[in-house]
Amino acid sequence: MNNKLKNFFKGVKDTSPLMIPVIPFGIIFGVLAIDLGLTPFTTIAMSIIIFGGASQIIFLQLFSAGASSLVILSSVGAVNSRHLLYGTVLSEHLSDLNLTWKIIVSYLLVDQAFAVSNDHFKQNKKDKDKYFHLIGGGLNCWTIWQITTIIGIYLGSIIPERLGLTFAIPLTFLALLVNDFRKLINVIVIIVSGTIATLGYQMIPFKAYVIVAASVGLFVAFILTRSTKKKHE
Amino acid sequence: MSNIELIIYCGLITFLTRFSMIALLKKEMFNDRIREVLSFVPSAIFPAIIFPAIFLDSYGSIQLEDNPKILASIIAMFIGVLSKNILATIFSGLVSYWLIIFVF
Repeated sequence: MNNKLKNFFKGVKDTSPLMIPVIPFGIIFGVLAIDLGLTPFTTIAMSIIIFGGASQIIFLQLFSAGASSLVILSSVGAVNSRHLLYGTVLSEHLSDLNLTWKIIVSYLLVDQAFAVSNDHFKQNKKDKDKYFHLIGGGLNCWTIWQITTIIGIYLGSIIPERLGLTFAIPLTFLALLVNDFRKLINVIVIIVSGTIATLGYQMIPFKAYVIVAASVGLFVAFILTRSTKKKHE
Repeated sequence: MSNIELIIYCGLITFLTRFSMIALLKKEMFNDRIREVLSFVPSAIFPAIIFPAIFLDSYGSIQLEDNPKILASIIAMFIGVLSKNILATIFSGLVSYWLIIFVF
């Protein structure tokens, strides 16, 4: 088999186990979007244009709370800032690609694809077609995300509202944090940010409570990580 | 701004955070200190979505009594920490929520 195709299918195969939690996530997104009054067309457009689970759910949450466009935009940007973390690692492996491929790879770069392709790149440094691994993994995620969005749109019109499915939003984010509950500094940051957001929900103007709480939380992390480091030195 | 325009802008922002690191970032631009602080981004942002959705009622007032979401979230958190499983966390929370509101 052609080397590009081989890399592509390896990417599809490697991301597949990680797709299991993506399936309910996509369905929940579709159900909630319809629940909150978006049209099926807008919902599908979101999954194609934004293509990011956390970004799309925070969009819904703020949109239904009546937040302004600017607040929604900056909150989506803040949620995405975690992508910058991957920067140092991937730019090293993909620096030889031309602009078109960089754009394609970037659109498909979701957490799951990054996780497996990063390992693959480290083990196959010399393979010039290795980026097809990321494209395979990313397209796998993309396909699952669009299909589950559509399933969710369909289910959203038949699931009764009194089931309280909007509660799935905080639960989904809670699930993404489970590993952080074991670390003291993370727990402090979580409590600080959550408390500020809850108390500030009505007091902070423009529904900017997500940004304000997250900034204070990061500042606390900055202070705490510095002071623990000093103790070790 | 119409919904679809807003979605396009949000899509652009999402794309740019993914693209900038591949296209522009050089290894030297991020030192260990910045990377360490950035690793706290999920812990700083997600609670700002989680807490209000649990503790506030539909009018935005704090509701501590007679709020089934609090107990359901605590159960989900314990299941999550023990199992480290995303699906188990979400479903244990939803199922306990339904048990509290429909059965008890």
